[in-house]
Amino acid sequence: MATLFDLCSLIRSKNAGPFVLTFDLMFSSQENYERAKRSRPLTKRLLAQTYGQQEDDITLVYHDHALAIKASMPRPIFQGELQDGDCYGGQQYVPLLQIEVA
Amino acid sequence: MEIRVLAATGVLGAGFKVESLSRGVALQPTFIACDAGSTDSGPAYLGSGKTKLSREACARDLRLLLKARDALRVPLIIGSCGTSGRDVGVEWMAELAREIATEERLHFKAALIKSDQSTAYLKRRLAENRIRPLFPAPAISEQVIESSHIVGMMGTEPIQAALANGAEVVLAGRASDSALYAAIPLTLGAAPGLAWHAAKTLECGAACAVVPAADCMFATIRDDHFDIEPVDLNARCTPQTIAAHTLYENANPFLLTEPSGVIDTEQAEYHALSDRLVRVTGSRFRPAAQYTIKLEGSQLVGYQTIVVGGIRDPYIIRALDALLPKARAFFDTRIADLFPGQLTKKDYDINYRIYGRDGVMGQLEPMRASGAGYEVGVLITITAPTQELANKIATFVSHVSAHLPVPEYQGIISSLAYPFSPPELPRGAVYRFSVNHVVAPDDPCEMFRTELVEV
Repeated sequence: MATLFDLCSLIRSKNAGPFVLTFDLMFSSQENYERAKRSRPLTKRLLAQTYGQQEDDITLVYHDHALAIKASMPRPIFQGELQDGDCYGGQQYVPLLQIEVA
Repeated sequence: MEIRVLAATGVLGAGFKVESLSRGVALQPTFIACDAGSTDSGPAYLGSGKTKLSREACARDLRLLLKARDALRVPLIIGSCGTSGRDVGVEWMAELAREIATEERLHFKAALIKSDQSTAYLKRRLAENRIRPLFPAPAISEQVIESSHIVGMMGTEPIQAALANGAEVVLAGRASDSALYAAIPLTLGAAPGLAWHAAKTLECGAACAVVPAADCMFATIRDDHFDIEPVDLNARCTPQTIAAHTLYENANPFLLTEPSGVIDTEQAEYHALSDRLVRVTGSRFRPAAQYTIKLEGSQLVGYQTIVVGGIRDPYIIRALDALLPKARAFFDTRIADLFPGQLTKKDYDINYRIYGRDGVMGQLEPMRASGAGYEVGVLITITAPTQELANKIATFVSHVSAHLPVPEYQGIISSLAYPFSPPELPRGAVYRFSVNHVVAPDDPCEMFRTELVEV
């Protein structure tokens, strides 16, 4: 069993504008990407649960040329609000690192 | 057809190698462009009009670009001047350009394109139902428009108009990064899909190179493809890194929305011509039925004072969830007592952030239940309508927070370790993003004001 961290060369979160949080998971090889594309470790349901969002509000795409999975969702706390602890949204990916890939 | 585009760097002021720019000049670009702003650093820049990067850093890059432009006699396009692209940012950049021109004996015709939006215009468009939020931004009212500083993000059209009127240097307010790079190729007849996709790839400079860098990027657009490479001969790029750049800071990598339509990269193909040159084909552009301009707005929330400290005692750390609500309740009573009639609960905010436990992710922290480490950092933010009130509230917030009634101890102890005296640090105005909408104008240029000046 491997984790997303093991199979990816880069996992990051980022603002896509002040109101959207986006996640990029870049796989380190074609083989690793195909494996993840087959087994679908990351689902809208899992993302919705992890980040307290509605499944319907989540975008999840597989980008074959980039060997990447991309997910986007409403920012759990909008950028710059008094409760926002991560202005760039840059440290929100951590719960995804240890997700297991069959 | 061949259009050669030199992107100076991801953001003006981030820097680029002098050698890269020299090689970029030697490649004979049709024009040079660079963006100078973003909302990514938060609402303070749009709210205050202050720039994120220093005058010295921006002047360094601008000087090299103005000289490169002068040597080549090609247009230089700078967008989102002064971080937010507010009118004051354009003025700031224009002043910098004038100073540099005097020192370097450069002469050029500059276009200053302003993008601040008038309250009257936006209220009219709101009443006409021609403003809508970009999901998931909240709806706006006239009150939000009146209390916010709002810029419109221009497309290619005002830039193309300025160039048609003879501008050699364009200093634009808030602009789509891609529009800076697409304006001239579209005017010269490049296929819209290729022009826009090349523009989108160039806009972060060499961020899509291996290794990502603040440096120059170069694209050559021809009839049915564009070729792209980092200018630094020691840097590489691959089909994967170029394709992956469509992911960066976008919600959907295949469909990228611009004022005049959508860049569709779903059918795009990426081929390595060498280990540092990638050819892209198949990009498409779907014109929108309705032209839209994105609005960005920032609103003053109040003034903030912060307090920073740390806790080492495990009995205090484990009791924080019980103690802090009591402290908050005490503050409410204390504030009502000290500032009767001046402050109600909705006028101020006191927030504790516990680093080492859930300071970064807050309620979403999956490890929160497993407890904190042996030490936590505490950041208290106190926000109030004036700096003076925030400071005054902070003095008793810091005092009370340092003397929490820990159940395990009978007498008074210091429950929070402060590194500073005084522990309260005034932080100034704080802002929030209040507008992230699109408006449907009658004309792509009606929201922007262009001034042509001889420098």
